[in-house]
Amino acid sequence: MALSGMRGLSVFISEIRNCQNKEQERLRVDKELGNIRTRFKNEKGLTPYDKKKYVWKMLYIFMLGYDVDFGHMEAVSLISAPKYPEKQVGYLVTSCLLNENHDFLRLAINTVRNDIIGRNETFQCLALTLVGNIGGREFAESLAPDVQKLLLSSSCRPLVKKKAALCLLRLFRKNPDVVNVDGWSDLMAQLLDERNLGVLTSSMSLFVALVSNNHEAYWSCLPKCVKILERLARNQDVPQEYTYYGIPSPWLQVKTMRALQYFPTVEDPNTRRSLFEVLQRILMGTDVVKNVNKNNASHAVLFEALALVMHLDAEKEMMSQCVALLGKFIAVREPNIRYLGLENMTRMLMVTDVQDIIKRHQAQIITSLKDPDISIRRRALDLLYGMCDVSNAKDIVEELLQYLGTADFTMREELALKAAILAEKFAPDLSWYVDVILQLIDKAGDFVSDDIWFRVVQFVTNNEDLQPYAALKAREYLDKPAIHETMVKVSAYLLGEYSHLLARRPGCSPKDIFVIIHEKLPTVSTPTISILLSTYAKILMHSQPPDPELQNQIWAIFSKYETCIDAEIQQRAVEYFALSKKGAALMDILAEMPKFPERESSLIKKAEDTEADTAELSAIKLRAQQQASNALVVTDQRPANEPPQVTQLGMVKIPSVDHTSVDQELTEANGNSHEVDPQPDVLGDLLSPLAIEGPPAVVSEEDALALAPVEDQQNSVKPIGDIAERFHALCIKDSGVLYEDPNVQIGIKAEWRGHQGRLVLFLGNKTTFSLTSVQAVILPPSHLKLDLSSVPEIIPPRAQVQCPLEVINLRPSRDVAVLDFSYKFGTNLVDNKLRLPAVINKFFQPIPVSAEEFFPQWRSLAGPPLKLQEVVRGVRAMSLGEMANLLNSLRLIVCPGLDPNPSNLVATTTFYSESTRAMLCLVRIETDPADRTQLRMTVASQDPTLTFELKEYIKEQLISIPIASKPPVPQPPIATSDPGALLAGLL
Amino acid sequence: MIHFVLLISRQGKVRLTKWYSPYSQKERSKVIRELSGMILTRGPKLCNFVEWKGFKVVYKRYASLYFCMCINQEDNELEVLEIIHHFVEILDRYFGSVCELDLIFNFHKAYYILDEVLIAGELQESSKKTVARLVSAQDSLVETAKEEANSISNIIAQATK
Repeated sequence: MALSGMRGLSVFISEIRNCQNKEQERLRVDKELGNIRTRFKNEKGLTPYDKKKYVWKMLYIFMLGYDVDFGHMEAVSLISAPKYPEKQVGYLVTSCLLNENHDFLRLAINTVRNDIIGRNETFQCLALTLVGNIGGREFAESLAPDVQKLLLSSSCRPLVKKKAALCLLRLFRKNPDVVNVDGWSDLMAQLLDERNLGVLTSSMSLFVALVSNNHEAYWSCLPKCVKILERLARNQDVPQEYTYYGIPSPWLQVKTMRALQYFPTVEDPNTRRSLFEVLQRILMGTDVVKNVNKNNASHAVLFEALALVMHLDAEKEMMSQCVALLGKFIAVREPNIRYLGLENMTRMLMVTDVQDIIKRHQAQIITSLKDPDISIRRRALDLLYGMCDVSNAKDIVEELLQYLGTADFTMREELALKAAILAEKFAPDLSWYVDVILQLIDKAGDFVSDDIWFRVVQFVTNNEDLQPYAALKAREYLDKPAIHETMVKVSAYLLGEYSHLLARRPGCSPKDIFVIIHEKLPTVSTPTISILLSTYAKILMHSQPPDPELQNQIWAIFSKYETCIDAEIQQRAVEYFALSKKGAALMDILAEMPKFPERESSLIKKAEDTEADTAELSAIKLRAQQQASNALVVTDQRPANEPPQVTQLGMVKIPSVDHTSVDQELTEANGNSHEVDPQPDVLGDLLSPLAIEGPPAVVSEEDALALAPVEDQQNSVKPIGDIAERFHALCIKDSGVLYEDPNVQIGIKAEWRGHQGRLVLFLGNKTTFSLTSVQAVILPPSHLKLDLSSVPEIIPPRAQVQCPLEVINLRPSRDVAVLDFSYKFGTNLVDNKLRLPAVINKFFQPIPVSAEEFFPQWRSLAGPPLKLQEVVRGVRAMSLGEMANLLNSLRLIVCPGLDPNPSNLVATTTFYSESTRAMLCLVRIETDPADRTQLRMTVASQDPTLTFELKEYIKEQLISIPIASKPPVPQPPIATSDPGALLAGLL
Repeated sequence: MIHFVLLISRQGKVRLTKWYSPYSQKERSKVIRELSGMILTRGPKLCNFVEWKGFKVVYKRYASLYFCMCINQEDNELEVLEIIHHFVEILDRYFGSVCELDLIFNFHKAYYILDEVLIAGELQESSKKTVARLVSAQDSLVETAKEEANSISNIIAQATK
């Protein structure tokens, strides 16, 4: 038996080993600690040998996991011993016993520094090792210059140098300021010229840390790294002792390739060619060999090369080779390679255009989901999660559901969460989504968090088409003999809300529903009882005419729970009981739940939050990036000339926007989008239908054509609703929907100030597919200056992009700007020309005018062209009050009382344009109470164009909606008298 | 970067621990407990990596001992696996066919050797020959000091006779 060379220590270790149980061991340890403590108290009698022996014992005890809260001083004091044996023990025990946060360590800084700057090489080594292993910030600040000096000294031997390099690396990690970037790039380049591979390995580790912090400063080192890699790959000038199983230092190869991954590109064509030659050699020349260590080492290099290719190969010269290799790896027997194959394939998902090739391996990846090794199963799950999209969601989610039944408990929650997210994001239809979630609850109820069933309730509530289906499904699950409590909750909720939609089916009468739900009540916990009580109240409300028997049953339950100890249940019982006595009024109070405002899926957030716990790799991060576009987070397309805002929440990139500038790609995380949008509720309304609307109602072709005069009639995709009506509504409102069809919804939100306006177009993709070739072009009339920020070519599934549009009004005109919006749906090009509500009245700012101000103005504008008068016929039927409202909504503010005749209206406003500046407009409308189809209108302003345009505009508003296909039919005036003369007399 | 190195026996006894990131004693015990539970229960034909709290632990079993190193997610796992083997080969050469008992009674030697292989959680020297040379140089320094001390105490003993 090899003994420690210290009898006392060996004896102690043997005794510990002979302890029969933990209790004995503890007694022995306590005895020893007591012994050491007394020995240390009386330090005089301690020989250096004793001291060494005791600190070793302390370390041994500490290593076993016992607290050693004394003796640190003795260990630290050994560091300053003059002789090597004591010093060595002092350094080693201190670096094991203490961590960088210990106060005792401070006491040692001076001694350590003296050893570093001293002449004794062996002492330097000891000191550098300690600082390299446990040095903290304070060490960094006081020792970094000395350590640098050693590293750069020409007289220093390799054994000191390599320690100095790693010591400096530690200090740099603790405080990056200790390495002054300015001078360091040259020094680093010199260090990379080092011939000794031991020193070079350490220096390369230092370099990786430096370059990861700031690659800009180290461009000059890039060719050197490629040289080193070439030297190793070709096995040139590599001493035998630095080859490992025949491979020239695999570690240095890996580190060098890691350093290269911190440079965005390799620009110099020669360097690039050399590098790619080396990489090619590695990719092609690595074979599977029998020797495990050789195999591991060569594959360590290979996987690093793969990562480097993924990073650098923008031209995709070697990418297909990489994917092919990975495809091979995920099917091999060797578990390490299989694991790494899956892991790297997940990383590969970030590379564009290879997803389809990866999808070909889906079957193999699913097999790995059943691997005996949980590490591999985790990688497979993560990869499946990352590669899932609309095309394969059904297969993958169903596979996950199936696997859920047999999966380890440690993975089930993660699995359930991921399946729920994928089902939500990529559901081909919403009923499938409901199926998946209910199955999920059925199979793994314990692992389905509340968030998951809340989410399905939200979807069903917001989607009327889905409600009967969901209710029916819930009803079916209730028939099962033993169901999970979560299933009781979700079923009860859904049936309470929507079971009336099933009323005609057998077994679905209110009474049946009540009975089957009530059966579950004795088995459920308190929170569920509250839900059940609500359900009963809803059932009661829906059973019309009231079923007295059912009523009595439910009332009995309510009165039973009126004395429940749980306050929530008690309150519900009392309130529902009282409410249900109100008869018909109950209907209003217990009406169906309103739609939920759409927000970012809490599940996806949760998945991100649990990332650290579940050892997630890149797929979650990748998803998180995609979430910016997919999970209905508002993405804000900033105009290119605006500086990107740095947010605290970090930037999120939209992966699909590839042709716009970086500024625009940077979008703000949701926290900040509130800032952009001062009225989140309005926006919420705009947003909400997008996420949840199912197949929209079919609009008859006739309507669509008749009402959309500017629309391309060849479109196979028909708009929903009346485009013209939407336009007119938007002329008097500042936010709303401009256009909608089964695939797309365009919302508008506008703010106007003076002659300027800012519109935001919300382009929402309602489908689960990406919309491609999206184009939005503005055809501006000559009087408007319009500046639309660029519109992404692709709108990801269920995403919405915002495109701000700046408007400047140059001069008065009634012309309308047109938005030519097109996208590809499948192979069809859908193209619509939509009028934009940047109409003349948007540049009005109403000001109330008093009689004293009005009349002088009115008189000073004597006649044409500043004051124009016209008799308008074919006026829409409306009362005087309605007309006043119409004018007010156009921001022509009616000033009551200015005109003594109650049949007349006088309105004023201020018009803004760049050429006219602010200009007062005066309008007078004289109506004929006997004939509401005609009136006389007088418009005045100081600008002839404005007067004319305003008059025409008001006229357009007063007569029927101006639709080309349905021109207003002028009503022949009822000729009781000459209207013109009549009106003239009135004035 | 390697955050820590653990040597744990099949029975869960700790044979060596080295922490390159700051962990308190309480955290250290917890880490060891959790990882022993995860690693010692793994079957023989599985991969050498386990995922743990956002980190990866690369481990390899040699006879009754598990060598474990904890690294970041993005680090190269196979590279670290071979660092373990590199360390084991050096121990083997030093002790001459190393066994668990060697490491129990000479745990301090194992620490010295580890300090020549890793610093700051990074590989310091990939030549086994160099490490062996450095460690034996240290040993001889200690021997010389011992002899000196002995000779001095002999002289004193002689003189005081």
